[in-house]
Amino acid sequence: MIRIDNVSHQIAGQEILRQVDLDIPQGGLTALVGPNGAGKSTLLSLVARLLSLQLGRIEINGQDLQQISHGDQAQLLAILPQVLTSTHRISVEDLVGFGRYPYSRGRLGPQDRKVIAQVLESFELQEVKHRFLDTLSGGQRQRAYTAMAWAQDTEYLLLDEPLNNLDIAASRSLMSRLKSLAAQQSRTIVIVLHDINYAAGYADHIVAMKAGRVVASGPPQEVVNESFLKAVFDTDAKVITAEDRPLVIV
Amino acid sequence: MLRLRFLWLILALVVVSVLFLTLGAKGSWGFTLWFRGQKLASLLLIGGAVSTATILFQTITHNRILTPSIMGFDALFLLILTLMIFGMGAGGYAQVPKVTLFLINLVLLTLASVALFTLLLKDQSSDLMRMVLTGIILGVLFRSLGLLIQRLIDPSEFAVLQSASFARFNKVDADLLLASAILVGLTWGAVWRMRHRLDVLALGEVLPVSLGADPRRGQLLVLMLISVLVSVSTALVGPVAFLGLLVSSLTYRLIPSWHHGHILPAAILIGGITLVGGQLLLERILHFETPLAVVVECLGGLVFLILILRKGST
Amino acid sequence: MPRLWLLICLCLILLLSVLSIFVGVIDLSPAALLRDPEALQLLAVSRLPRTAAAVLTGCSMAVSGQIMQILVRNKFVEPISAGTGQAAALGILLSVLLFPAAGLAVKMSLAAVTALLGTLGFLALVQRLPPTEPLLVPLVGLVYGGILGAVMVFIAYQADLIQYIDVWMLGEFSGVMRGRYELLWLAGVAAFVSYLIADQFAILGLGRDMSLSLGLNHRQVMALGLLCVSVVSALTVVTVGMLPFIGLVIPNLVSRRLGDNLRVTLPITALLGGVFVLGCDILARVVRYPYEVPVGTIFGVLGTLAFLWLIYARPRNA
Repeated sequence: MIRIDNVSHQIAGQEILRQVDLDIPQGGLTALVGPNGAGKSTLLSLVARLLSLQLGRIEINGQDLQQISHGDQAQLLAILPQVLTSTHRISVEDLVGFGRYPYSRGRLGPQDRKVIAQVLESFELQEVKHRFLDTLSGGQRQRAYTAMAWAQDTEYLLLDEPLNNLDIAASRSLMSRLKSLAAQQSRTIVIVLHDINYAAGYADHIVAMKAGRVVASGPPQEVVNESFLKAVFDTDAKVITAEDRPLVIV
Repeated sequence: MLRLRFLWLILALVVVSVLFLTLGAKGSWGFTLWFRGQKLASLLLIGGAVSTATILFQTITHNRILTPSIMGFDALFLLILTLMIFGMGAGGYAQVPKVTLFLINLVLLTLASVALFTLLLKDQSSDLMRMVLTGIILGVLFRSLGLLIQRLIDPSEFAVLQSASFARFNKVDADLLLASAILVGLTWGAVWRMRHRLDVLALGEVLPVSLGADPRRGQLLVLMLISVLVSVSTALVGPVAFLGLLVSSLTYRLIPSWHHGHILPAAILIGGITLVGGQLLLERILHFETPLAVVVECLGGLVFLILILRKGST
Repeated sequence: MPRLWLLICLCLILLLSVLSIFVGVIDLSPAALLRDPEALQLLAVSRLPRTAAAVLTGCSMAVSGQIMQILVRNKFVEPISAGTGQAAALGILLSVLLFPAAGLAVKMSLAAVTALLGTLGFLALVQRLPPTEPLLVPLVGLVYGGILGAVMVFIAYQADLIQYIDVWMLGEFSGVMRGRYELLWLAGVAAFVSYLIADQFAILGLGRDMSLSLGLNHRQVMALGLLCVSVVSALTVVTVGMLPFIGLVIPNLVSRRLGDNLRVTLPITALLGGVFVLGCDILARVVRYPYEVPVGTIFGVLGTLAFLWLIYARPRNA
């Protein structure tokens, strides 16, 4: 479990996070939702130690985040940023291989190769494994990077708005793949999502933030309703239930 | 395919080196070989050092148009040297052994450049052009400041410091050659050891954190290594503005790999070939008076413009 | 506000001119002027010409910098550090090579021609740059100037003229005396002519389409502007050497405070340029008295610092 305890954060004099108290449950998919500027990406960056913690405490599996070494952290937690620029001509297979760096330090052993092969299969990338990243479609590229993060074999995987540039087919495919893999391999995935319907449709747990605070936390069926949408997103949208899940009429 | 290219590179280097040593030699072989051998060694050293520094710099800035010298690194070295003379007085300066001076200067440059670049690189994501422009302006500032202080020290004695605006590959300071070779060798060793980490650092700002490669510490370490390499080459021959860019652009074309274990050795070879071959061509074959550095500056500047224009139009 | 600036600049120029007359290696005091005929000689041959040269250079370079900024549609350029200066120097070198016996006029003409070609080259380059990256233009200018400089050094080496070019590379006023600087008055004239057609330049700055729709003969004004920039640069480089950054810093300073109405601001730009150059020249004579520091180095330091400030400080009300 990731425990966030009384975390506040300021950027350039602006308060981005205000005394955030949050427990992210172990296992399954947790979606982090909220309007623009709510502080979702900042929170994720703090957990991944991309930003230095100013106030508060973050614990992963009971351990204080500050006390974990960078190397150990890389085996425990992986993050994929919003913008993924590929300046190199790297093949898909090589990229996934980078995910093994915390273990192999660049020298891939038989165990590493096994994991790479498995991950390529799980993410259906065998056909394109020799192709360079810049020759792939946006969806394939996102899949490749996600596969790389998956090959890192971490208990926790953080994704910052991975669906931003994906079409409906790629989005659905990525979300369902993440959900099933998370369940199969008992991993915890935290995703920042813009579209509330993807969150409601796939997440096991939803955390809603607004103006730097956590305003709701729980399974989608409990959290997503009309008053929730009004309070968090300031919009009057109808919510119905479809296939046991809440569905927002956009 | 890569292996073949490496073989060609090694062959080319051997050929130009042998020609450099033997072509147009007059007088006793013993003397010629010793004299030219020193020159050859220094050219190879500088060529390798500058190209390594450039590749490293491009890796941590995630950009293939930048070089340490475009950011004023070598001008900073000369400025520090000038300030040291200013501080010690021309007389005191002459008393300290050259190698000691060089090492002090090296340490100061490392500190200054790490500070400078941490400042500049922090702003990296916002505006690359502004960073490069700042670097060029800083280069002019340091150069002017150096000249100004020279004149202030003692207007009639500024021969103490020969800061040519162009490097002199022909006149290498032999005293420093041994110390330089050791330093560069150690640096190359350190760089080789971290070659896998460099691959990860090249992936961006976030992914190296995720993969546990600690980019902040990594960048710092690399900057220090770059400082050593640039200091050595500037101390030996003066400012080498666009050589690194020329070599790195060639390297990326010839060796289409992302692995630093391939790119770095190739760059060192190409750097050596460029300098030795260039000097050979200019001095022995064409018998031009112009120093090699001028030609390199011209060509490298053209390469820079082409890269910028191409990048600008995307 | 602009009137105030104008007044202040005029006063400063007068003050500094008086100061400049009495500052130098050889002692010259007001009393000596009345007594000593040699002192009058010094005044006429060296001090007055030097003062005039500094003021003229400052005025004309500031104005030509402003014009270049309009031609290139970018606020961060000026002729000396965007290739025009080096192209002019290249012209001088070629004239020494091809017509070694010729006088100053030939040198200047060839320098003006090469300066013109160099500026045209720069303009052609700038055309190909994306308009969304304004800082790309000065960057390209600096590198372009560096390449031209390298070509010049190459030719100088081959022709064994390398000692010569040091004279132009670093500008200074110490060699100015009566009989050797008069060409600069031409630069002053060029600057004055630019003032007369300041409105047309202002419209040119609005772009080609706007110019055409407002009935301006776009081509003609651009050609005039190019001519002015090239001639002033050539004159300055021939007479005193390369003095970078004046044409960049002064127009920007004035524009930030007083806006872009050229008819109002151009005189102030010119006068402020004169103040700046004269002030720095006095500084150059004084800072390591009795030796002189080349003014070009002082510009190199102050100009780059000002340039950095310009690209990092956000203009007011932006």
